[in-house]
Amino acid sequence: MTAAAHTAALALGDDALVLSHRLGEWAGHAPVLEEEVALANIALDLLGQARVLLSMAGDEDELAYLREERAFRNLQLVEQPNGDFAHTLARQLYFSTYQHLLYGQLATGDSVFAPLAGKAVHETAYHRDHAEQWTRRLGDGTEESHRRMQRAATALWQFTGEMFQPVEGVPADWQQLERSWQQSVTEVLTSATLEVPEGPRTGAWKAGAGRQGLHTESFGRMLAEMQHLHRSHPGARW
Amino acid sequence: MSTPVTWPLWEVFVRSRRGLSHTHAGSVHAPDAELALRNARDLYTRRGEGVSLWVVPSTAITASSPDERDPFFEPTADKPYRHPTFYEIPDGVKHL
Repeated sequence: MTAAAHTAALALGDDALVLSHRLGEWAGHAPVLEEEVALANIALDLLGQARVLLSMAGDEDELAYLREERAFRNLQLVEQPNGDFAHTLARQLYFSTYQHLLYGQLATGDSVFAPLAGKAVHETAYHRDHAEQWTRRLGDGTEESHRRMQRAATALWQFTGEMFQPVEGVPADWQQLERSWQQSVTEVLTSATLEVPEGPRTGAWKAGAGRQGLHTESFGRMLAEMQHLHRSHPGARW
Repeated sequence: MSTPVTWPLWEVFVRSRRGLSHTHAGSVHAPDAELALRNARDLYTRRGEGVSLWVVPSTAITASSPDERDPFFEPTADKPYRHPTFYEIPDGVKHL
């Protein structure tokens, strides 16, 4: 595997791993049982993708449990805390739309990611549909659900620009990806009677973001929880 | 979550293969039919159990009452001629 493909597998694998863990945090806390199962299913799909991708880059357990924060290459978007249900759904909408479009491109190519993308594109289509359905219902629901959905969509907007920074080793048409993403998200938000957030889609910090190993404050705490068992009991098995 | 969610109940029917009929699999809560389908998909068809799903509002189902079981389902033991085994097959019939 080339160095570029290694970088790419880490970036895509870390996105899936970190978001999977965040969604897993809903277990036992989701508003209703059916939705808990739905979020857990999505988390498991993502975990499956993460295992394939991280195994391409090295030992999956070592990569997941023994790397320091700065060595993770996931987008800052996926590490954002769950917040309320609307916040989780806004994160899902932004990321699933991106991932579905990206895997759609990769599935038709001939890169090392084509086999995974061909399978995962069906999973991500469902994740995207789930997020779109809920965004429409919360946005066009009660006064409170509208307010919360708008707040979440606006709060996460600043993390969406990073998704379209080209990743070395990922053979995608990034401009096309960004155009399709904007078109789709605009359509969903508008149909949900929500306003498309304005303002910059990247933070003021120009040194880079998640893809360069720079993460937001809450990520360290998430990693500590995700890694502590493996680090406390190295080599432990079920 | 101060107020409990009171979503309506939906009955789920799964068709496991083409050519078979939909069979009742269970029920889910959901705010509307679209989401009921998705919840049913997550709960009942994640392991390749089906090729088609129906969801029906539970309130749309009219069920027979357990109290009426006897008049509904009594196999009419005193009317044996309602069962095919009542009839003797004439000797000359070979392909019945």
